[in-house]
Amino acid sequence: MSGPAAAPGSGTPKALPSSGPRSLRDMPHPLAPAASEEAAAALSPSPDLPLPRSIADKDLSLPNGTPVDTSSPASSSSLLNRLQLDDDLDGETRDLFVTVDDPKKHVCTMETYITYRVTTKTTRAEFDLPEYSVRRRYQDFDWLRNKLEESQPTHLIPPLPEKFVMKGVVDRFSEEFVETRRKALDKFLKRIADHPVLSFNEHFNVFLTAKDLNAYKKQGMALLSKMGESVKYVTGGYKLRSRPLEFAAMGEYLDVFALKLGTIDRIAQRIIKEQLEYLVELREYGPVYSTWGGLEVELGEPLEGVSACIGNCCTALEELSEDMTEDFLPVLREYILYSESMKNVLKKRDQVQAEYEAKLEAVALKKEDRPKVPTDVEKCQDRVECFNADLKADMERWQNSKRQDFRQLLMGMADKNIQYYEKLISCSTGDEDHAFEIGLLYMIETWSEGIVVCN
Amino acid sequence: MERSREDGPEPPPLPPEEPAAEQRGRAAAMEDCLLKKIEISVSEAEKRTGRNAVNMQETYTAYLIETRAVESQTEGQCSPVDSLWRRYSEFELLRNYLLVTFPHIVVPPLPEKRAEFVWHKLSADNMDPDFVERRRIGLENFLLRVASHPILCQDKIFYSFLTQADSRLKALSATFRVKNPDKRFTELKHYSDELQSVISHLLRVRARVADRLYGVYKVHGNYGRVFSEWSAIEKEMGDGLQSAGHHMDVYSSSIDDILEEEEHYADQLKEYLFYAEALRAVCRKHELMQYDLEMAAQDLTSKKQQCEELATGTVRTFSLKGMTSKLFGQETPEQREAKIKVLEEQIHEGEEQLKSKNLEGRDFVKTAWADIERFKEQKNRDLKEALISYAVMQISMCKKGIQVWTNAKECFSKM
Repeated sequence: MSGPAAAPGSGTPKALPSSGPRSLRDMPHPLAPAASEEAAAALSPSPDLPLPRSIADKDLSLPNGTPVDTSSPASSSSLLNRLQLDDDLDGETRDLFVTVDDPKKHVCTMETYITYRVTTKTTRAEFDLPEYSVRRRYQDFDWLRNKLEESQPTHLIPPLPEKFVMKGVVDRFSEEFVETRRKALDKFLKRIADHPVLSFNEHFNVFLTAKDLNAYKKQGMALLSKMGESVKYVTGGYKLRSRPLEFAAMGEYLDVFALKLGTIDRIAQRIIKEQLEYLVELREYGPVYSTWGGLEVELGEPLEGVSACIGNCCTALEELSEDMTEDFLPVLREYILYSESMKNVLKKRDQVQAEYEAKLEAVALKKEDRPKVPTDVEKCQDRVECFNADLKADMERWQNSKRQDFRQLLMGMADKNIQYYEKLISCSTGDEDHAFEIGLLYMIETWSEGIVVCN
Repeated sequence: MERSREDGPEPPPLPPEEPAAEQRGRAAAMEDCLLKKIEISVSEAEKRTGRNAVNMQETYTAYLIETRAVESQTEGQCSPVDSLWRRYSEFELLRNYLLVTFPHIVVPPLPEKRAEFVWHKLSADNMDPDFVERRRIGLENFLLRVASHPILCQDKIFYSFLTQADSRLKALSATFRVKNPDKRFTELKHYSDELQSVISHLLRVRARVADRLYGVYKVHGNYGRVFSEWSAIEKEMGDGLQSAGHHMDVYSSSIDDILEEEEHYADQLKEYLFYAEALRAVCRKHELMQYDLEMAAQDLTSKKQQCEELATGTVRTFSLKGMTSKLFGQETPEQREAKIKVLEEQIHEGEEQLKSKNLEGRDFVKTAWADIERFKEQKNRDLKEALISYAVMQISMCKKGIQVWTNAKECFSKM
C-alpha cells in the first residue's frame, strides 16, 4: 500500500510492472469485446445508460470501454457522437477499474440496510491482488469521503448522493431509489479511480480491498491525520491581499453555476409534474373512444384504433417521466453538491493563503532586514503553492468532466424525448401486431385523397 | 278547467280575463299564473334506499317540494307549508306528461339526468353532494318555470304533483307510453342519447388533455432562458447551450399552432353532438305521431262501444254516465236517438281521421327513415375523415417534436 502522492502538478501515473500473478497483457483490453458480463461491467467508468445484457456483433464500445445500449437506433447514434467527443483518456492507459453493482437488502434486528458489491480490477503494485470484491454500505462510502477530505484537503473530492432521505416521503428500499443511488456511488468511485492523486490514497485502497472495513475504521479513529489537524473547515471568507485570478473566477463561476443548475432542476421537476398530470387526463381520454366504438358499427375499428394509440402514448409518457426522474435529476443534484464541496475547498485554500500572508506580515514587521525567511514561513509558502497547484489541476480536470457529463446528460435528455415521439408515431402508423392501427392506416391510405396531409 | 280525454289533445282555452291586445294579454296571463297564488320551493334533498320495479335494491335521492299559499300583505300570518317528497324520475314523468299534453308549448327543461358535466371529477356520480345540490336548484327552477307559464300552470296534474302525494301521475304515465312504436326509432333514440353522452364526455376530457399538454410544452420555454444565462459563464459549452436554448423556445411555442389545429377536430365532433339532438327530435316526432294515432284509435273504439251500448241498451263496461243514468233515471228514446246520431257522426269523422293519421304516420316513417339512412352514411364518412385528420395531426406533432429535439441534441453535442 502506498501513501498519498503529493507531487505538485499531477502527472500521469504509469503502471509499475506488476509482480502479481497477472500481467497487463493478461488483462482484457478495453477495446476488445468483453468475454463476460462481469468483465463488461468492470470496463465501464460511467454508465448513465443501462448496461446491455449482451455485446452486439459490432464492437461499438467507447475507447474507454463503455459498452453500448443498442436497444434503439437513436441511442446508437448518440453513442457515435460520444465516441468522437470522448477524449478523457487521450494518452492515458488505465490500470484501475472499479464498479458498484448488485445491491442487496440486509435485515437485522437493529436495522435494515442495503449493501453494494464493489469490484476492483487492477494491475497496480499498490494492490496485492489483481481483483477484489467486497460489499459496502452507504455509511462506508460516507466514511471514505470524509477520510479523503481530511487526507487530501487540496483536492476536489467528488460528491456522494444525498445522505438523508425523509423516511415518510421516499422509500429507501424501492428499486428506483436503490438503482439511482447505486449509479451515483458507482460514479463516485470511478471519479476517484480516475484521479491521478486520489486513486493512490490509502483509505481508498483499504475501502476497495479490506474484508472488514469496520476494524480499519476503528483503527483510524485513534490516529490523527497530520494534514487534517491544521486545515480546518471555515465558513466565512478571508481577507487576502490578492486572490489569484483563477480561484476568484472559479468561486464566482461556481456561484452562478450552482444557481443555474438549481433552476434547471426546478424546471425539470415541473415538467415531470406537468407530464404526470397530462398522463392522468390521457388515461381517461383513451377509454372514451372505446366506449364510443362500442356504439358504432362502421366507426368501431377506427375509434378503437385511436383508443389504442392513446393507451400507447400513456405508456411512452410514463417511461419518459421515469427516465427523467431516475437519470436526469440525480446528475443535476450531484453537480450542485459538487459545486458546494468545491467552494469549501476554495475557502480552505484561502485560509492557507491567509495564514501564510499573516505570518509573512508578522516577520516583515519584526525584522528590519531580511537575511533569511524563517522555516515555518517557508513551509507556509510551500503549502500555499502546493495547494494552488493541486487545486488548479483538479479544477481543469473538473471542467473537462463537467463538460463531458453535461454533454452526455443533455444529449440523453434530447434522446429520451426523441424516442418518446418515435414510439408515438410507430403506434399511429401501425405494425403487424395491432389490427386496429392497421385499420387506421388503411383508412388513411384509402381516404387520403381528399385530405391535405401535413408533413 | 277540466279537459276530457275524449276530445283529443288540444290546447286549453285561454283564461276568460285575457284582453284583446297581445301584450296586455300576456301580462294579464302572467298575473293569473300559479305563482301568484302559491309559493313553491324544492327545499331539501335526501338519500333513500328502496326497491325498484325489478325488485332490486337501489339508492336514490328524494327532493322535498314545499308549497304555501301566498298571503296578502295585510294579513301578516304565515299559512302552513305543505310538503311532499319526489324523486327525479317523477319529475321526468311530469315533464313527459306536459310534452304530450301540450305539444305546441315550449316545455321548460329539467336539469341533467346524469352528472355529465363535472370537470374535476373522474367519474360521474349522481350521489355527489354538489351535484345533488345543483340538481335541487334545477328542479326548483323547473317547477317555477312551469308555474309561471300562463298555460302550463293551469294544468291540474301539475297542481296535484305539487300538492298531492298520490297524483295519479304514475297511473297516467302508463297511458303515455306509446304501445307500438317503430322499434327502429326506439333504438335510434337510445343511440342518439348515448352518442350525445359519449361525445360530450369526449369533448370535455379532450379540453383537459389539451390544457395539460399546453402546460408541458410551455414549461420547456424556461429552459431557453436558463440555458442562455448559463451559457454566459461558460467558455466551450456556451455556444451549444445558447443555441439549444433557442430550440427549446421553438418547442415551447409550437404548441399554440398544434392546439389551434385540434380545435377544428373538436368542432367536427361538436357538430355531431348537436346532430344527435336533431336525431332525437325526429324520434320524438314519431313517438308523438304514434301516440296521437293510438289515442285516436282508442277514442274511436270507445265511441263505437258507447254507440253499441246505447243502441242495444246493454252496459258492458262500467261508466260514470251509465251509473248515473241507472240511478237517476233513464233517458227518453228521443234523447237516446239524438245521442246515437251524434256518436255515429263522430265515429264516421273519427274513422276518416284515423285513416289519414295512419297514412301520415306511415309516410313519416318512410321519409324519416330514408333520411336517417342518408344521415348515417354522412355521419360515418364525416367522422372517419375527422378521425383520420386527427391521427394525421398527431403524427405531424410528433414529427415536429422529433425535429426540435434532434436540433437541440445537435447543439448539445457541440458543447
